[in-house]
Amino acid sequence: MFRLLAATLLALAAIPFAATGAAAQAQGDTIVVGAAVSLTGKFSTDGQHTKNGYELAVKRVNDAGGIKVGGKTYKLEIKLYDDESSNERVASLVERLIVQDNVKFILGPYSSPLTAAIIPVTEKFKIPMIQANAASRSLFTKGYRYAFAVLSTSDQYLSSAVDLLAEKGKETGKQPSSMKVAMAMGDDAFSLDVRAGILEAAKKNGMQVVIDDKVPDNFTDISATLARVKAVKPDIFLASGHATGAATATKQVADAKIDVPMFAMTHCDSAQIAEKFKGISEGILCASQWAPTLSYKDKWFGSAGDYNSLFKKTYGYEAPYQAAESSAAVLVFADAFARAGSFDTEKVRDAIAATDMETFYGHIKFDDTGKNIAKPMMLYQVQNGDYVVVAPTKFATAKLIYPRKTP
Amino acid sequence: MTNLLLLFDAPSLIVQVLLDGILVGSIFALAAYGMALVWGVMNIINITQGEFVVLGGYVAFTAASWGLNPFLCIPVAAAALLVVGWAIYRGVIYRIVDKDLFISVLATYGLGILIAQLINLVWGADVRSLDSGLGTWFFLDGMVTVAQTRVAAFVLALVIGGALLLFLRLTRLGRAIRATAQNARAARALGIDTDRVYAATYAINAAICGAAGALIVMIFVLQPFVGLIYTVRSFMIVIVAGLGNLGAVIGAALGVGAAENFVGFIFGTQFQAAFVFSFLVVVLVVRNLRLQRRRMYLK
Amino acid sequence: MSARGRGRILAALLLAATVAAPLVVPALTVQFATLWVMIILALTWDILGGQMGYNSFGNVVFFGVGMYASAIVQVGLFHDVGAYTAASGTGVYPFTPQQYYVGLALGILAAPIAAVAVAALLGTGMLGLRGHYFAIGTLGLGIAGGEFAASWEYVGGASGFLLPVFPGAYETRALFFYGLCAALGIVTFLVLRRLYAGRFGLALNAIRDDEDKAEALGHHTVRNKVLAWCVSAFFVGLAGAIFGNMNGLIEPREVAFSGATFGVWMVLMALLGGKGTLWGPVIGAIVFHVFKELFWTYLLGWQRVALGLLIVGIVLFFPLGLLGYARERWPSLFGRQAVEGAKR
Repeated sequence: MFRLLAATLLALAAIPFAATGAAAQAQGDTIVVGAAVSLTGKFSTDGQHTKNGYELAVKRVNDAGGIKVGGKTYKLEIKLYDDESSNERVASLVERLIVQDNVKFILGPYSSPLTAAIIPVTEKFKIPMIQANAASRSLFTKGYRYAFAVLSTSDQYLSSAVDLLAEKGKETGKQPSSMKVAMAMGDDAFSLDVRAGILEAAKKNGMQVVIDDKVPDNFTDISATLARVKAVKPDIFLASGHATGAATATKQVADAKIDVPMFAMTHCDSAQIAEKFKGISEGILCASQWAPTLSYKDKWFGSAGDYNSLFKKTYGYEAPYQAAESSAAVLVFADAFARAGSFDTEKVRDAIAATDMETFYGHIKFDDTGKNIAKPMMLYQVQNGDYVVVAPTKFATAKLIYPRKTP
Repeated sequence: MTNLLLLFDAPSLIVQVLLDGILVGSIFALAAYGMALVWGVMNIINITQGEFVVLGGYVAFTAASWGLNPFLCIPVAAAALLVVGWAIYRGVIYRIVDKDLFISVLATYGLGILIAQLINLVWGADVRSLDSGLGTWFFLDGMVTVAQTRVAAFVLALVIGGALLLFLRLTRLGRAIRATAQNARAARALGIDTDRVYAATYAINAAICGAAGALIVMIFVLQPFVGLIYTVRSFMIVIVAGLGNLGAVIGAALGVGAAENFVGFIFGTQFQAAFVFSFLVVVLVVRNLRLQRRRMYLK
Repeated sequence: MSARGRGRILAALLLAATVAAPLVVPALTVQFATLWVMIILALTWDILGGQMGYNSFGNVVFFGVGMYASAIVQVGLFHDVGAYTAASGTGVYPFTPQQYYVGLALGILAAPIAAVAVAALLGTGMLGLRGHYFAIGTLGLGIAGGEFAASWEYVGGASGFLLPVFPGAYETRALFFYGLCAALGIVTFLVLRRLYAGRFGLALNAIRDDEDKAEALGHHTVRNKVLAWCVSAFFVGLAGAIFGNMNGLIEPREVAFSGATFGVWMVLMALLGGKGTLWGPVIGAIVFHVFKELFWTYLLGWQRVALGLLIVGIVLFFPLGLLGYARERWPSLFGRQAVEGAKR
């Protein structure tokens, strides 16, 4: 008994040393940026886009010669863990990145709920974090100082679709106050904030919200909601539930032949609905943070279109906005390091806060709460199997087809 | 409660909700029947069920991407899973057949997370779905819509279930499986190679799941980590139905499917899952109370 | 050396390791604290699973109940919980250090009360179930708990419940929670040792070995079963309260009522070490946790494959647990009790 336990204890005691030894990192001429992303679990599709976006940008920055900080050139390196789409996992992994791997800079995980789980950690250690994929407004109201987000907040995702509906209603002679809104929203911090945005927009336009369902976790079946949609005949149906939700909504709305004048959702390009659901995805409106047709440029990637073709060459599929915003987050770090001229976390934090730059992804400038206010949201519509920007008018490359013709 | 009124305003909706529930329930019935078979014959609760379903879906998806008709992918998926099931039996399951039921839950849970991750490594994390190429039927002024894929799946589920029943009744192997389920030791004494019977049972279960997965990828969307949903669902159905017979399993599957859909319709989709699991606990406790009463009579 | 003497040395060594661990490797303090939580989960699972023969997949319910009970008390003492947890809330809710500690203390007090209440309430119904129906019923209970918490807006629904932030430096916080977890772990262990040594332990074993016979002999089986579950709930609830605060965010399905992770892991750990023994769950928890952490660090992308293999391996090759295996292999080390515990 004794010998056995003593041996076990000895073996166990040795392990942490081995672990810390291997994790101690070279600060020679590389800067290590850490991230936990969802490679498995319910967010694995979007997590993969995030990882691709981070890695492409790191590679690009290094290929372009690295970053000059205080007269010396550094290469970027990214240290990744798999958070398994789990709130419990992600917090402990980020803590590990900071405490054991001595990472001083963190790139955000995929999704608002996972980010909400790690911000207490990064704040506690005063470690700057740039979130590329967490848009829920609840993240920006807690007075966090070291968290910054390159993307527009989630309430803006689909509220523009509601505004667009009101506008179209007026054009076709229908009062917005007689219009009905139906939605099926995923049950997490992101989609709930998308929902809050829709509720605000509906109220502003005097519309009536007739169906307001929350879909549990995996978002694999909404037929009960759709049966009601069919009965109440709303003017718009909105859905949000990450990549799985987009695919499910597209498929089931088509199967049930739901005929709504406007059908809008989030994460269409992440789920690749235009490519994978040819025909039945026609006319769907999609909220997007970015589009490859935009005219923005930067010194690393060139134009938005260049980014898209490089991404496609590297990974074999069109760049979804989740990847673009992830790449942009890396660029913000690169820019901030150069301006701070040091790797002191406080100095880098201040440099990030003072960011005012144009990237292929759009303009980036943070307000006091850390969210990017310099960049608008976009609405795509699937037309002839392609995503085209239909709103806002400034960026539109095609005219909105309204009402949607049910395929 | 406006939702309830909605049902009375438009009775055709009742038909819609009922149909949705029943058609989907029939596919769950397949996976559930496989589970009941393995449970009854081998005394193993197979938590890997959901992963078999997902794997079947992915095989069908790949076969379809080679240009095969989606419906021909069903036998392909079933055949592939037959092999997988047999291999897993030979590798792992044969060691736990005569162990405590509880051991099997843990072992197959381990296998489940392993398979899910392998699917993720092979096919990637993308959401997958397959277009069956079928349309939708309209009834009652368009108020009731039925996707033909779902009807096809319903029919196929019944056909597969019927074929299984005939197989168990009429073939030599089928009879051996039933004999083993009734009394493994006696079956062995009578010269039945129970190890082979177990291998066949487990492989057949995997094949059924594979077929169910091929149907599911046409109706829903699949992602490597959704397996647990299907495991839990089959489990539910088996518990409600009991291990006895195919008819009860199909009945329970359709019933649970319909009940769940009505709950979703009336109270909102967010309460579906909570309903299903509370229902499970209630069924168990009620059944137990009945048993207790019987025990009291005996005293 | 006598078995007793060996035990003393062992206990002293372990105590020394407990104190030394966070001082020697401060970077791993939080992982060590989590390890203690895992040990508590495995130990308390074994009360029913090992000693009483009732395999529960639902003990995680008490983990979640404890977490939420503590959180509600901690926040509710000073602020309106509903407004605090609102997803789109914009208010700022500060806590002074004093408020934090008072809240935490009362929260940790409330957690086991709530958990025991739930256990007593559910116990009579659930513990009537026998064999695998009990396992299945508790499995449903765990998932239903998560779904219920996720649809309860007052505690933040699916967005979760953010806990007050620890007032102090990181190192202090890590040590503080490590101390709490270690203390709770040691107390749990000692209490269980005491319980198993007395009549109560024997009554539980009687239920495991033949429940009907135990009943016929005049044991109050139902009362003992519910009592055992309450003991389990008491410590799991406490662990939940501490873990929730350590984690910072309570999410209903993955942190609080995490049936597919903590719920199954506690079973695996007890099984790995050897169920039905006092030391088994402790050893199992240590080995399992260390392997899991190593997989996640060094086998990125394959970590779940490795974990799956580990689980299958545990079940296939160590069904009696490491302790059971060692007992069969080196019976002389275990003295005269060798035959008894390994029976199941």
